[in-house]
Amino acid sequence: MNVALMWEYLPQLLTGAVLSVQLVLVSGILGVVIALPLAVGRLSRNPLIAAFPYAYIFFFRGTPLLVQLFLVYYGLSQFEFIRNSVLWPILREPYWCAVITMSMHTGGYIAEILRGAIQAVPVGEIEATRALGMSRYTAFRRIILPRAARIAWPAYGNEVILMLKGSALASTITLLELTGMARTIIAKTYTPVEIFTAAGAIYLLLSFIMVQGFRFVERRWNRHLVRA
Amino acid sequence: MIDLHGFGPQLLLGTWMTLKLAFASLILGLSLGLFGAILKSSRNRLFFWLGDVYSTIFRGVPELVVVLLIYFGSTGVLTTISGWFGGGFVELNPFAAGTLALGICFGAYATEVFRGALLTIPRGQYEAGLALGLSRPYIFRRLILPQLWRIALPGLGNLFMVMMKDTALVSVIGLEEIMRKASVATSVTKAPFTFYLAAACIYLGITIVAMITLQFLERRANRGIRRAHA
Repeated sequence: MNVALMWEYLPQLLTGAVLSVQLVLVSGILGVVIALPLAVGRLSRNPLIAAFPYAYIFFFRGTPLLVQLFLVYYGLSQFEFIRNSVLWPILREPYWCAVITMSMHTGGYIAEILRGAIQAVPVGEIEATRALGMSRYTAFRRIILPRAARIAWPAYGNEVILMLKGSALASTITLLELTGMARTIIAKTYTPVEIFTAAGAIYLLLSFIMVQGFRFVERRWNRHLVRA
Repeated sequence: MIDLHGFGPQLLLGTWMTLKLAFASLILGLSLGLFGAILKSSRNRLFFWLGDVYSTIFRGVPELVVVLLIYFGSTGVLTTISGWFGGGFVELNPFAAGTLALGICFGAYATEVFRGALLTIPRGQYEAGLALGLSRPYIFRRLILPQLWRIALPGLGNLFMVMMKDTALVSVIGLEEIMRKASVATSVTKAPFTFYLAAACIYLGITIVAMITLQFLERRANRGIRRAHA
């Protein structure tokens, strides 16, 4: 193992890591935006409303991220009308394809997490909002959602870390994030062991930082809960 | 229906390869997971540390990086080792490298599932075995393992679903599984959406079958267990 070589290419790997983190942050946030209506729709008693979120979640959780990525990046170009549409300048960029796919993918998972969290809000608290005469919308916005957010937070943290690992797949559609950067360097140096090990170490460090960050927020949010 | 331009049989061959890969990785991963959990439950500091390092590293590094590292990295290492014995160039084929990589990643997660399950088995069961004069390996095999299976099954089932989807990553190193077959068909027919959608449907189909099988296995594993009515 040539450590000097790992050091030499560390700065280049770190620029890749910046893109990885960026992909994870953007898709982590957009994923929540996608997931919220899905989770609410999935909970609807109207089967017509619940059907779409159900199908969406089923598809995105039942197929590999790689397939979804290829469907968007390579697949959409099959259609003439998409190539002629105003969206094409966005959809032909690997960066936007990765962002869109990762957001939709993680959105499916987050929707299930949120659904579980909303269902886990104690019934008594929801009844209390009724007793106080809150409208259903107000109760959702001010009581149910903040409660569900705290319940969902640890699972959301896990999902974000899974997305960090999923972001490595963006290298297959030519993006130079951490894995893509490592593969580019290796094509030049022929030292897969050193460079992939260095990349792996950076991923480990990033996931460690994220775990700590999520724990920190969790502790802050739950300060009022006195532990026995 | 989707027009597959005569590539249907190829996709089926790919599906067969995906299934073989998933099961080979499952067997390796379950063995590694059980072994890792035993290490992590050990009172010996070194054993605990070994298990902990294994499960921490391979849960934190992307599966794709592990696949690439093992495939491209093993050649150098294996060739060096074979050089010591006067041998020549050695490389892992994509199937072996993929199985090894996915099995190792599965094992890291399975370590935690098995460890959690081990913790739920009351110490009294173990002590009862000792009181009956049974040997430690016998206690593990006949008392602990059957209960472990029941408790760990739902967690392992989830891991299997995740790993089954990760088999798609092995297409990156050229294994002729579903994704690889789909991309070969794509390059000939210029119909990427069609073939990747077909691939997606196959994965969905495998997921559904796996879900049903798991429900069956869980019901079987839980027979004779009394449940409180919720």
